[in-house]
Amino acid sequence: MSAPDPKFVRPPSELRQLWLSRLRAFVREPGVIFWVFGFPLVMSVVLGLAFREKGPERFPVVVVEEGAGTGALGKALRASPLLAVTDAPLPAATASLARAEALVLVRAGATRPELSYDPTRPGAEAAAALVRLSLLPPPAEGAPPTVDTVPVTTRGRRYIDFLIPGLLGIGLLGGGIWGVGYEIVSMRVKRLLKRFVATPMSRPAFLASFAIHRLTVAAAEATFLLLFARLVFDVRLQGSLLDVVLLSLLGALSFSGLGLLVACRARNMETANGLMNVATLPMWLLSGVFFAATNFPSWMRPVVKALPLTALNDALRAVINDGASILSCGAEVGVLAAWGLVSFVLALRLFRWQ
Amino acid sequence: MRALWHPSRVHAPVVLALRSLVKRFDDVVAVNGIDLEVRAGECFGLLGPNGAGKTTTIEILEGLATPTSGEVEVLGLRWDRDAARIRARIGVQLQETVLQALLTVRETLALFASFYERVRPLEDVIADVDLGDKAKARVGTLSGGQKQRLAIACALVSDPEVLFLDEPTTGLDPGARRSLWDVISRYKARGRTVVLTTHYMEEAERLCDRIAIVDRGRVAAAGTPAELVAQVGGEEVVELVAEPPVPEPVLAGVVGVVSCRCDEAGARLVVSGIARTLPAILEAVARAGSRPVRLATRHATLEDVFLSVTGRTFEQAEAPAKAAGAPR
Repeated sequence: MSAPDPKFVRPPSELRQLWLSRLRAFVREPGVIFWVFGFPLVMSVVLGLAFREKGPERFPVVVVEEGAGTGALGKALRASPLLAVTDAPLPAATASLARAEALVLVRAGATRPELSYDPTRPGAEAAAALVRLSLLPPPAEGAPPTVDTVPVTTRGRRYIDFLIPGLLGIGLLGGGIWGVGYEIVSMRVKRLLKRFVATPMSRPAFLASFAIHRLTVAAAEATFLLLFARLVFDVRLQGSLLDVVLLSLLGALSFSGLGLLVACRARNMETANGLMNVATLPMWLLSGVFFAATNFPSWMRPVVKALPLTALNDALRAVINDGASILSCGAEVGVLAAWGLVSFVLALRLFRWQ
Repeated sequence: MRALWHPSRVHAPVVLALRSLVKRFDDVVAVNGIDLEVRAGECFGLLGPNGAGKTTTIEILEGLATPTSGEVEVLGLRWDRDAARIRARIGVQLQETVLQALLTVRETLALFASFYERVRPLEDVIADVDLGDKAKARVGTLSGGQKQRLAIACALVSDPEVLFLDEPTTGLDPGARRSLWDVISRYKARGRTVVLTTHYMEEAERLCDRIAIVDRGRVAAAGTPAELVAQVGGEEVVELVAEPPVPEPVLAGVVGVVSCRCDEAGARLVVSGIARTLPAILEAVARAGSRPVRLATRHATLEDVFLSVTGRTFEQAEAPAKAAGAPR
């Protein structure tokens, strides 16, 4: 009745096959490649050009054209390399101040010069101080200088230096949330998870394959972005590359956990998309990607500090810009590890396989 | 082509057993007391309209759903104790699984192979489902029939003792359907057990040694296709449209007519001894002052069985299920 048994072979390695299937799907999807490798480049080019350094900043001031004193006043102010001086009749000058095109309005005044400015406007106090300084009588001949000046060139303090670690951070966040979360929900929607569960597949191996895949891609992401930043913007790595890669791997693991947590119950793509945006958007805004998180009021700081992306960005900036070692980033490493661990454990307990 | 149901199989070991199976979802009873036994080497079909409870039943057998009550035995094992051992010995094809479009046929099969302890050589399995020339093609480029054959290859890679197929040919064109039947027949020819669900009568008649007709969560009738057709009481069906319509009692009274149903579409008569009965029917039509507009005769099929055991045609049974959106 039955034909002879077919010959059997040893199956290929499970974890390797699971990882390979992740990697193959990843490299064969041009859209995904763009988001992971192209998007940070585009962001760095656009923002890097918009905020490129333009030499010392000059504060705009306007001198009101009225009477004889105006000429001397303008001359004294123009002597300062830090002031951009324009002359205008009173109505135009007032309008210019109101529109913040000028930070300080200067009039000759009856007895001495008069300054008008809004002290709550950023830079207005500094501009006013410069104006006052320019109008002081010159120091007497031969008087000793009050301070000595030692010129230095600092590295890692341009906007692009600040930006690159932030872009690496959001790249890793996106990779974890979308690369793991989106993929898992889409497999659930396509009944592929259910199909896998009908086999003796090891479920821990399945989940581990996502983490391993993210580690592979994260190492490539970090190296690629740093190389690009070095070649195009001369962003120099002050710390060690190994530390950057280690932080990137830790970040990738932590965000994979978050991605897994976001995806653990969602039954359809709409829910998953909503959850992923809820998870990523606040960190995009709060975690100091495009501007320093220290700008937030002090009562928000503890919350901002506790976010995993803030921890990763702070640690990456410490290593990339300040040349710190990963060993000095204990608090940040702790925050990342805690988020990763808690979300992995929660996700495993809540995971919906079918 | 179909392997004959041999009486000796009655003594083959029981591979699958369901006893008093009930599955309740929030407000729907999907399975309402099903008893089944499937023996080694047979192809068993669950035939019924959408929403009848076929998929729920097969998913309970596959360990993908847990019954509300009742007993389930697969290969003499139970899902609550031996899930891993059962999974290693069965092969499953689910309705509506979408395999990863960016992987190739061979890569997909290698992935599934990696889940098992021992597998057949991938090339053999690929050849078995006639995808030899597509081994390096991406899944996304395959036709519907090819995708379905790949799905079955993934189920066959471990050479399972039992193969579960949930509506394997739904949505396929006739050519693709036939080529899938060949794949299933070849697996069956090796003496393996198959359980499949279908709502195609032809598929059930063609592939299955035994069939359970499932309707509203219950087994309405079970047996070999021949036994089921014999239940109808006659071997032939006469479909008749007459002008003006002939009253039902007139037709039912003709000697040789086993049963008769009349509706606006015409009359459907189950008859035995067609050679003698057909002239008698035509005579009765003429005596009633009508003349036949359309007349057709055919062998009784499982469709007639469904009508006779449930009192509804297959189409009528599917319509309310679709309207209510009942789970399948």
